[in-house]
Amino acid sequence: MKWLDIPGVAPAALIAILLLLWQAVFMTAGPLAIASPASTFAYLVQQLGGPDFWVHVWATGQAFLYALAIAILGGLLIGLLAGLSATASETAEPLLLAANSIPKIALYPVVLLIFGIGLPAKVAFGAIHGIIPVAIFTINACRALPPVLLKTGRVMRLSPTDRIGSILLPSALPDIVTGVRLGFSLTLIGTVLGEMFGAQSGLGYLLMTSIGLQNTQMIMSVTVLLVAFAASVSTALLAWERRLRQVRG
Amino acid sequence: MSRIALYRVLAVAIPAALIEAACRAGWIDRQTLPAPSEMIAGLAAILASGRMNGAILETLKIVLAAFAGSVVIGVAAGAVIHRAPVARRLLEPLLSTWYAVPVYAFYPLFIVMFGLGDRPEMLIGLMLGVVAVIAATLNGLDSVPPVLVKTAQVFRLGPMRTALRVTLPYAAPHLFTGIKLAVAYSFIGVIGAEFIMSQSGLGYEIRYAFDNLDNAVMYPLILLILAVAVAVNATLDAWDRALRARRGATS
Repeated sequence: MKWLDIPGVAPAALIAILLLLWQAVFMTAGPLAIASPASTFAYLVQQLGGPDFWVHVWATGQAFLYALAIAILGGLLIGLLAGLSATASETAEPLLLAANSIPKIALYPVVLLIFGIGLPAKVAFGAIHGIIPVAIFTINACRALPPVLLKTGRVMRLSPTDRIGSILLPSALPDIVTGVRLGFSLTLIGTVLGEMFGAQSGLGYLLMTSIGLQNTQMIMSVTVLLVAFAASVSTALLAWERRLRQVRG
Repeated sequence: MSRIALYRVLAVAIPAALIEAACRAGWIDRQTLPAPSEMIAGLAAILASGRMNGAILETLKIVLAAFAGSVVIGVAAGAVIHRAPVARRLLEPLLSTWYAVPVYAFYPLFIVMFGLGDRPEMLIGLMLGVVAVIAATLNGLDSVPPVLVKTAQVFRLGPMRTALRVTLPYAAPHLFTGIKLAVAYSFIGVIGAEFIMSQSGLGYEIRYAFDNLDNAVMYPLILLILAVAVAVNATLDAWDRALRARRGATS
């Protein structure tokens, strides 16, 4: 176990194992099914050198940022409003859990009919994926709050906005970060899924056209890029969350 | 409790009634969103005609296979990983960032490897479901008090029997959380895969209706998927509550 404690060794070992696994799948399934790690990275570097690929990266990035902002702010708003009262949170929580279990891809036609093909549809699809986990974790964080804190706020005659700003938000922060971490991942998936069906640009669009063209190098390049981005941000959020929890003990 | 239940019904019924009114008044274009009552009537007609029964059964069969695979493989893998600290250290970052991976990107690979059909769809559902079960199993096994494991050692139970008789039953409430997620993920994975590329199933039928602007089929089928997902989720939730109440545990 000692060697695993050296910083960076464990993730590097995991990445090495995954690359070996990828190579093994390539050797059994063949180049028609999947591109090899070496050819994928060569292709990815070549793509990142040209302007065309970046157009799609920016398109996804822009839609993702809008969707993430809506998911986090909307989820916090729903969660804090419902979390302030026991009745509201008991009413909302099972509904949100049920909404979370819905295959949201089935809603795609509805989103497309309402927003049409383009940026708003991508943003909407990303946001409906991410908003629910943020709201669920925020509600739970509020409910786990020691009642004495809220009572103190009432004794001090804080307004609802002050109660949210100086009691609820700070004490619920670790759980909210968990929700944001899950919301981040789901919003990214949602945005890319949205691009797969209803867009003319973006990494999801690129993925879908490469599936049609059987361009395995492009499929794997986009996948690697998305996984690397998602994994780095997710790991950073996880580290932040652990630090927040440690401070509180 | 019944007051809360009433609020829940109202929280769903009032928006539905507003949409119904807006559709009837013509504020919402029928091509965009038909009235909820029309969707329900359409769904009843489709179910009565039986023409979607094949697609419904097909999808449920694949979802069931993905779910069963997720639970069996997930619990077994979780139990093994729990006993191997090095493997756990290595896999932990993968488990915690897994749901950031766009699994559907692997769908074309599975299609080339296994052909278009049930197996790639099931694999997508399995890939999504299994990790939730592994994570829940690890959480559950972590919660087992050491005294139970020691007692098992005193009785000279092997690792297999310790897991089956002592630790996994103790971890059951945590496992149930994973199982609930696995159901949802199996639905999401399979229907998503059918939606992207397939020749049968509910996801395919919705896509087909969408491409042909056939709202009379599309909206009732979307409603069906929502209803099934919510009903399954509510049933498991009620079962979970009953199990926990019987145990009297707060965990």
